[in-house]
Amino acid sequence: MANEKIRFEGVTKRFGALTVLDKLDLSINDGEVVTIIGPSGSGKTTVLRCLMTLESIEDGLIRIDGEPLNKMESEGRLVPASNAHLRRMRLKLGMVFQSFNLFPHLTVLQNCVEPPIFALGVTRDEARSRAQELLDMVGMGDKQAHYPAQLSGGQQQRVAIARTLAMQPEILVFDEPTSALDPETIEEVTSVIRSLAVKHSYTMLMVTHQIAFAHDISDRICFFDKGRIVEQGPPAAVIDAPTEARTQQFLRKVAQAR
Amino acid sequence: MDWRWDFTFETVLPRILPGLWVTVEVTFLSFALSLVLGLFLMIARRSTIRPLSVAAGEFIEFMRGMPLVVVIFFLFFLLPEIGIFLAPFWTGVLAMGIYNAAPVAEILRGGLQAVPKGQWEAAHVLNYSTYRTWRQVILPQAVKPVVPGLGNLLILAFKETPLLSFVAVPEMLDAARRIASETYRFTEPLTVVGILFLILSLFSAVLIRLVERHLLTETRHGK
Amino acid sequence: MSRSPIAILVPLAFLAGLYFAVFSSVAQFLPALLNGLTVTVSVAVPSILLAYAISLLAGLGRLSSIAPLRWVSVVYIEVFRGVSLLVVLFWLYFVLPEFGLTLSAYTAALLGVSLNAGAYGAEIVRGAVRAEPKGQYEACVTLNMPPLRKYARIILPQALVIAIPAMTNMTIELLKGTALVSAVTLVDLTAAGVRQNQLTYRTVEIFSVLALIYFCLAQIVRFSGARLEHVFNRHLGER
Ligand SMILES: Nc1ncnc2c1ncn2[C@@H]1O[C@H](COP(=O)(O)OP(=O)(O)OP(=O)(O)O)[C@@H](O)[C@H]1O
Ligand SMILES: [Mg+2]
Repeated sequence: MANEKIRFEGVTKRFGALTVLDKLDLSINDGEVVTIIGPSGSGKTTVLRCLMTLESIEDGLIRIDGEPLNKMESEGRLVPASNAHLRRMRLKLGMVFQSFNLFPHLTVLQNCVEPPIFALGVTRDEARSRAQELLDMVGMGDKQAHYPAQLSGGQQQRVAIARTLAMQPEILVFDEPTSALDPETIEEVTSVIRSLAVKHSYTMLMVTHQIAFAHDISDRICFFDKGRIVEQGPPAAVIDAPTEARTQQFLRKVAQAR
Repeated sequence: MDWRWDFTFETVLPRILPGLWVTVEVTFLSFALSLVLGLFLMIARRSTIRPLSVAAGEFIEFMRGMPLVVVIFFLFFLLPEIGIFLAPFWTGVLAMGIYNAAPVAEILRGGLQAVPKGQWEAAHVLNYSTYRTWRQVILPQAVKPVVPGLGNLLILAFKETPLLSFVAVPEMLDAARRIASETYRFTEPLTVVGILFLILSLFSAVLIRLVERHLLTETRHGK
Repeated sequence: MSRSPIAILVPLAFLAGLYFAVFSSVAQFLPALLNGLTVTVSVAVPSILLAYAISLLAGLGRLSSIAPLRWVSVVYIEVFRGVSLLVVLFWLYFVLPEFGLTLSAYTAALLGVSLNAGAYGAEIVRGAVRAEPKGQYEACVTLNMPPLRKYARIILPQALVIAIPAMTNMTIELLKGTALVSAVTLVDLTAAGVRQNQLTYRTVEIFSVLALIYFCLAQIVRFSGARLEHVFNRHLGER
């Protein structure tokens, strides 16, 4: 059995009276590419945000490499995680947002250079040469001096991916990375993500509405509804031959929407 | 420090409280004048007669950089020279009324601009008369965004009334200065005035927030 | 706002020149007014810098997660927004000595004017920081930015640009506030004008010159604000 990288154990998340995640169990192996699909409001984003510690969770445990994330061990007991613990654990995680969230007052290069300097303590030279490498990789090497507002959506998202990679994470989290893009620029972003999934050893957790793309790159698909995993398995099973009625219905709707 | 309570209660408060009444009177009277002048100024600003709207715009800009004391002193000296003799109180009302007309005009203009263009067009398509358009469509929508702005301006006007003590309008600060010059005690009168201002400002700020909330919930019901 | 300041200042200078030509009495009181102007400027410039620093501290203090810092900021902001500048000036100069702290007229003017403006500025800073999109904070979290860096490098640089127009207005209000420093015995531009008026009774001329000078000062502030905004907004684009 491969190494387990991420593990959700009975994770429950509520917003007031609304239970968004209901005792979620999910395990992801090292190097595995997992895509979550499902209807709007089913809690897909919430899963990712809980993993990124952007949301606190009411109940349950998330582990990374076997180590608790939202809790920490102290004198043999699990206590709520301190900020220092969260910061250390987050070093393994990198997130790409639907709306890019680049820093608009910094150039493309600065966006990719400054975070590693502050958070990883690397030297500026080191950070710059690595950032340039990554920007070349995502095809943005010639736009280093531009500001985000001067770029198209697809270009911004590729910079955001480079910025995330500059932090040298082991796990990549994507929340609908192509949803805010014009149709003609989607391809440039998906091809970058595809190459990350195929050529590199990142563990990836992604939410997307692009079923074909998910089919292409995922090792496993999780179909989500009302805060639960309804069905999961390899794309050939979940997408091509779903067994649950809810999944079939969702996929039919998506197909019709084209 | 020596603070004398008997002095505070027997001399300071009884003489300052009438000043408070003058302060309130000046505030409201001058603000009423500002509303009228501001309305005219706003209409001039929106006028299609270009020289008029430019002149109004320049006047507004000009007044916004002008200290209120300068306006007060100007009127205080000028009016008698041209044969108009007013009590300091009314000179004060006039000065503050003119001074605050510019911000009132800007706030009113902002309120009108907040009404979407589509509303005018809708009224036009429905064949509303000009009167009905203003009365039933435009004004009800323009009033809402205007209230907090005018409220804040009223509080600002209230806080500016002490400047009238420069020309001996018998408001709170003037009363305090008179007490101080008679008794050589500054501590109690000035502190009392400061505290009264603080209390009234906080009180009126809360009041405005309540009105604002009331207006907000009212429109939510409407929709 | 976007009008060129030169287009305004040149005709103003021309008008001022006309004044000299037409009313020779201007020469009589102008030197005194210019002396007053130097006092006004020498109070205004340091007050502006001090007020900006106070705005930043109190604005951030009010947003701080440290409760005592928050309380101190709230009390400061509410007190100085609630009490007239004129009352504050009198109080600093005449009452504070009772508490064992005697300020020079200049110090009292500087403190009064900047503390008053700083209270308004703090609210502007607070609003601007809170207007920062949530995504920027979340990006900082996922990129593990330390809190100090997050504010110094990401949040504040953006918030302060948003705050420029409101801060420009605050600065103009501060400038107008300096017209009250005669309360603490300083002879600023306004006080000089009033004195000259009592000597010469040239009311219209004197006050026209006063108004003109204040207008120019305000235009300088407006122009600087617009310039700054333009420079910093160059790259930010539509947001
Ligand atoms: N901060 C919040 N406060 C209250 N409710 C929230 C909050 N964030 C999300 N929710 C609710 O939680 C539910 C799940 O939201 P989530 O964003 O995870 O859905 P999603 O599956 O990502 O949907 P979409 O496909 O539209 O992005 C929704 O009903 C949403 O309204
Ligand atoms: Mg989502």
